[in-house]
Amino acid sequence: MGLQAYLTLAAVVFCIGLFGVITRRNTIGILLGIELMLNSVNINLVAFARFSGDVTGMVFTIFTICITVAEAALGLAIVILLFRVRRTVTADHLDLLKG
Amino acid sequence: MTLDAVAFWGLAVLLVGSALAVVLTKNLFHAVLWLALALTGTAGVFLLLDAEFLAAVQLLLYAGGIVTIAVFAIVVTERLVGERISQTSRRIGGGAVVVLALLWAIVSAITERPLAVVRPPMADDLTQTLGETVLTRFVLPFELLAVLMLAALMGALYFARPDD
Repeated sequence: MGLQAYLTLAAVVFCIGLFGVITRRNTIGILLGIELMLNSVNINLVAFARFSGDVTGMVFTIFTICITVAEAALGLAIVILLFRVRRTVTADHLDLLKG
Repeated sequence: MTLDAVAFWGLAVLLVGSALAVVLTKNLFHAVLWLALALTGTAGVFLLLDAEFLAAVQLLLYAGGIVTIAVFAIVVTERLVGERISQTSRRIGGGAVVVLALLWAIVSAITERPLAVVRPPMADDLTQTLGETVLTRFVLPFELLAVLMLAALMGALYFARPDD
């Protein structure tokens, strides 16, 4: 399979994740969509690294995986904290900063 | 079809199917389990791309770490409120239009240009090369990453402090 097939697969997964971010009401559901999007970017990085014969893309995949894990831990910690304060995790109800 | 193509298409079907289940299933807990399957499928894609170390990291950190944290968050928010989190979606039509337009833009950009089909040879021990590259050429981002992890740890600890 060529590079094109891997890039298309990653694009499809990215768009599905974006669909989840747009349509989910629950904050945790939105975070799961963001995880899917970040994950598909990793496929892109590894595919480009493999098909260009350069290890740099794989190094950056390690970095993005670590940053994603930190993001998920902090994001879910914020969700739990929001829940303790507002008693809801529905994104539409978290409108304290509404202009 | 070669074995490579069979493995790719199998993993592609698994990945896209479980990703769709993540964003469409009603039960949030099931969505997390589907996410675990999708992340494991991604590890399989990494194996297809000869990146064994990244597949292992993917399984350990994503499928192990993020899924555990997400399940924990769901259990905590669900138990405290005393009722199941019903997982409804909104703006499905508009979201589908936006996403399909984006997908069309990306795929047309991908198919427009000739892309590599042949894999150039890489180092025999890719894991060793990865380690050497991280600790020589990319040592500064690596150390910055350590600072970031420390900041994330401190932030999570701050959020988790008991109410006073």
